[in-house]
Amino acid sequence: METRELLKWSAQVKLREKSKQEGRLEHGHRMCAGCGAPTVVKMVLMATEYPVVLSNATGCLEVSTCIQEFTAWKTPWIHTAFENAAATLAGVETMYRALLKKGKMPENVKFIAFGGDGGTYDIGLQSLSGAMERGHDMLYVCYDNGAYMNTGIQRSSATPLGADTTTSPAGSANPAGKLQQRKDLTRIMADHGIYAAQASPSHWLDLMNKVKKAHSIKGAKFLNIIAPCNRGWRTATDNSIELSRLAVETCYWPLYEIEDGKLKVTVTPEEKKPVDLFFKPQGRFKHLYSPENEGVLEKIQAQIDKTWERLLKESEGPC
Amino acid sequence: MKKWTELVPGAVVLEAGSSAKFKTGSWRTFRPEWLQENCIQCLMCWLYCPDMAVKVADGKMTGFDYDYCKGCGVCAKECPGKQGKKAIIMKPEGK
Ligand code: SF4
Ligand code: SF4
Repeated sequence: METRELLKWSAQVKLREKSKQEGRLEHGHRMCAGCGAPTVVKMVLMATEYPVVLSNATGCLEVSTCIQEFTAWKTPWIHTAFENAAATLAGVETMYRALLKKGKMPENVKFIAFGGDGGTYDIGLQSLSGAMERGHDMLYVCYDNGAYMNTGIQRSSATPLGADTTTSPAGSANPAGKLQQRKDLTRIMADHGIYAAQASPSHWLDLMNKVKKAHSIKGAKFLNIIAPCNRGWRTATDNSIELSRLAVETCYWPLYEIEDGKLKVTVTPEEKKPVDLFFKPQGRFKHLYSPENEGVLEKIQAQIDKTWERLLKESEGPC
Repeated sequence: MKKWTELVPGAVVLEAGSSAKFKTGSWRTFRPEWLQENCIQCLMCWLYCPDMAVKVADGKMTGFDYDYCKGCGVCAKECPGKQGKKAIIMKPEGK
């Protein structure tokens, strides 16, 4: 307990120092009130203490942070189409290396691409896979809110089983919402032989450490960060952080990293909570509590348990 | 709003952080209020605010920037406060 308190204290001291730095994402952006994504971006950028160049796939974050002559970014930032945030940044990184050789660029510039789950799991997957395989020195950050929220809550391959979206509606024909499992993108990216990790804004120190670690490695890196969306998740505006915490504590969103093919769980919840606690506050899962969906929640819980056990088994040593 | 002929070619924005000119405070229906006596200066409100609307000076929380705060309530929910007493409470706007 004592060490825990101490750790907490030192973390806070660092936070105090951080608060004296100039932020890299400015207010006046037009993300919805209580959105998880700007907090994720802010934390990722807070962990960087060197010049960064960013690209951003089309999505909520991109359309709301740069509307005509207003930009919320205080770093070079390139708006790309849905499918090519990784390809664009790979090109910029290549140009940077060429100019560096000629001595026309400073040494310590880092590259980060941001994309939502639609732009990452689905539309941008091939360009992302290409950039990671070629080993460009860049970090790709996916802020995963589990659907195409920007265009009106359509399902993506990151949408969890059972969620109600406008293209996987729970109704009389299909009472259970989305029928398919989410794609395990973090694993897919790790299988490119790169550093890949999952993070959550609730566990901000773990998140920032992962960004720092990623940037200490030369080559391609991938970070998948959960970003609650109160509009799409059908929930109150004040609980984005609480929901991201519950996602971790229920092991719905386990925090781990994979480096050189070795997996390490970075945060083990003190007490693993039932997934119900994460689902219940969200309107997108409301139908799962009606009689015609009996057994669906149990099925989801069983899957989460299985994945978590597998992760713990694979994890190298205790965290 | 500028006309398209007045914009920089290629839709380039040359001024970093120009969104600060666009105030989002009018979106608010609830306003956070700071009860300084319950504040332990943990800075969680500052860290978790999605709108960079918590003001800090010299490493300390000093209040809210109502020009940008959208009233989401995240800060109030995450504030640990002192001995169970929150240092941020949400109040309906206009009262
Ligand atoms: S209510 Fe929301 S936007 Fe306003 S200061 Fe608190 S966290 Fe920031
Ligand atoms: S979260 Fe609450 S206790 Fe912590 S600094 Fe903010 S107002 Fe103070």
